[in-house]
Amino acid sequence: MTVPDDLATHGQRSTDAPLLEVRDLRTYFKTDDGIVKAVDGVSFEVSPGQTIGVVGESGSGKSVTMMSILDLNPKPGRIALRGGAVPGEQMEAFLQGTKKHTSVSTGEALFRGENLLQASKRRLRALRGSEVSMIFQDPMTSLNPVLTIGDQLVEAVTLHRDVTAKRARQLAIEGLKEVGIPRAESRIDDYPHQFSGGMRQRVMIAMALINDPALLIADEPTTALDVTTQAQILGLIRELQREHGTAVILITHDLGVVAETADEIVVMYAARVAEQAPVFSLFEQPLHPYTWGLLGSLPRIDVELERLTQIVGQPPSLLRPPAGCRFRPRCAFAFDRCRRETPVALPASFDGEHLSACFLDEERKLEESRRVVAELGLEAEEAA
Amino acid sequence: MSDVLLEVEDVTKHFPITKGIVFKHEVASVRALDGVSLSVRRGETLGIVGESGCGKSTLARVIMRLLEPTSGRIVFDGADLTRLSERELRPFRRELQMIFQDPYASLNSRKRVGAIVSEPLEVHSMGTEAERKRRVQDLLDVVGLNPEHYNRFPHEFSGGQRQRIGVARALAVNPKLIVADEPVSALDVSVQAQILNLLRDLQTEFGLTYVFIAHDLSVVRHISDRVAVMYLGKVAELAESRDLYAGPKHPYTGALLSAVPVANPRVGRRRSAFVLGGDVPNPINPPSGCRFHPRCPRAQPSCSESDPPLVELRAGHQAACFFPLEKWPLTDSEMRRVESPDEGMVDMEAVL
Repeated sequence: MTVPDDLATHGQRSTDAPLLEVRDLRTYFKTDDGIVKAVDGVSFEVSPGQTIGVVGESGSGKSVTMMSILDLNPKPGRIALRGGAVPGEQMEAFLQGTKKHTSVSTGEALFRGENLLQASKRRLRALRGSEVSMIFQDPMTSLNPVLTIGDQLVEAVTLHRDVTAKRARQLAIEGLKEVGIPRAESRIDDYPHQFSGGMRQRVMIAMALINDPALLIADEPTTALDVTTQAQILGLIRELQREHGTAVILITHDLGVVAETADEIVVMYAARVAEQAPVFSLFEQPLHPYTWGLLGSLPRIDVELERLTQIVGQPPSLLRPPAGCRFRPRCAFAFDRCRRETPVALPASFDGEHLSACFLDEERKLEESRRVVAELGLEAEEAA
Repeated sequence: MSDVLLEVEDVTKHFPITKGIVFKHEVASVRALDGVSLSVRRGETLGIVGESGCGKSTLARVIMRLLEPTSGRIVFDGADLTRLSERELRPFRRELQMIFQDPYASLNSRKRVGAIVSEPLEVHSMGTEAERKRRVQDLLDVVGLNPEHYNRFPHEFSGGQRQRIGVARALAVNPKLIVADEPVSALDVSVQAQILNLLRDLQTEFGLTYVFIAHDLSVVRHISDRVAVMYLGKVAELAESRDLYAGPKHPYTGALLSAVPVANPRVGRRRSAFVLGGDVPNPINPPSGCRFHPRCPRAQPSCSESDPPLVELRAGHQAACFFPLEKWPLTDSEMRRVESPDEGMVDMEAVL
């Protein structure tokens, strides 16, 4: 292995300091079947006010990445590493030494320069729900069914702010109004089951934004919703983000959702970043074979495709991921080197903001990219 | 032989809501299907789309006669299935097969793949044991699985492979019609594409007819020849797939189409949505007149008074609307955002 895979070098992409900087994040889980490397060397950054879309199929590690940042994985969640040794090996050794089903994470998640992976539990509790909040896929299971939504919203306020109960309730009502809940003054005393799915997700958004966080992590926020409700919720997230300048990490499996919402897209495959680029470059000049496959296998609402191009096979098991490039067994372009070495996401020579983890030479990538883009009708318009 | 394989005529399905234990009485009913008529032609794929609660899965189950319709007729290949006894229905059960949504729940985890796929053959007493085994291995090969996996259990397969097993089971008895209820919605995109391509190939190879039910409008566009859009137990619009996506007539179809995120940032970021307010109303107590009128940006007072019938606006293009869309796409000002006063929460107390 000539390229050390903990060296995910990034071109600096923006002049303002990033709000969140994730460097070489790894999270391993111990299970009955062995050690699952759910996140294995992921790096990306989020600038203030920016929307990052993280896409990938199930098991690609997109949710676990966010859970690790906020320390929401099973305990202990983290271990002290000795300097010098390879982090992955140290983590494996630790997990092999314990009997419990547990997880460990290493790497850095710098939020305003502070490494969240080393923050104390108390510090994290103070951060979560105030400066960083998260909304989840299923609004029914993330709300407590035996408390009114008012109780839950007020709790979110009083945990982090020194305000009177009356003021907290007032803030809760304002929050509900902001997310478009009609008759907020009376609905605040209703229980979660009295709301529809879309309305519950609105309540979750109100709760996530009630302390005006700098970063909102939304994990598949619209997956459980119908398409017309999804349009409402995505519109709402965009609108509130504009007003408050909140940075958003949007995790989704839906390329359509990120195409419309994100400024920058991170494509994850088998616990690693396959490609990362600003939204237009990603769709108009994708540079990774997995992204080509993903775009080609997607039925489209705007274009009639004769036949979907399918990626052969299944995503690999993270218990025993393939050696070298993880996508190699399914990749039509794989060659010798892909088996021997693990590619890291590196910037393209012509575009420092476009990173791809693939050994194909650039000419070849561009040629193939042009073919895929033309076939799928994704070209940038000439006139524009 | 007629061109139409399946005819659904004015089918309703009401689920009673009862109160009391000893003196059980019906207090209301959920009108899951309320006068659905459509036909499926031989060799075509009819897509059925709609949001949750629109009755699309109930329709699938009524077609299969897994549920008895409250009224109406289901005519399959000239025979009215709703009038047949369980015994008389037997031979037809071979002709109609179903593929289910959840590849984890729809396969018996205690049975081996071979037994799962050959069960329909046994039920219909087809072939000797040796013939059945050969047939099953052929089927596994047809759906892209290794015939040697005959003796494995479902848990040894991934979601996509299990869905292939489900397809093989449906194909076992050489059906004419396959009803697929959200067959790919539990799968990842790359696996979904494999199954969609497989279903298409099988259709060409065996001359199958599909009723393909899904909530994903892009998937339905891709697979269907004709598409029916359902809203609250009724068909709102039915047309050739190409016509429906290029020029929807019913405002609800327009709203659905404009709400789908487009996987092309140049198109997606410029489109204006015809965003609907509120949620789908409660099917226990649907709105009067046109069921879509409380959410419809084009509604007129008359829409709340009478229910628009499904009429043919152009050859092969039916819609149930008094004021159908004349053109598509609409301009930004026509695509205004509509806020609905009611949020459509299900208030059971008020109903009972």
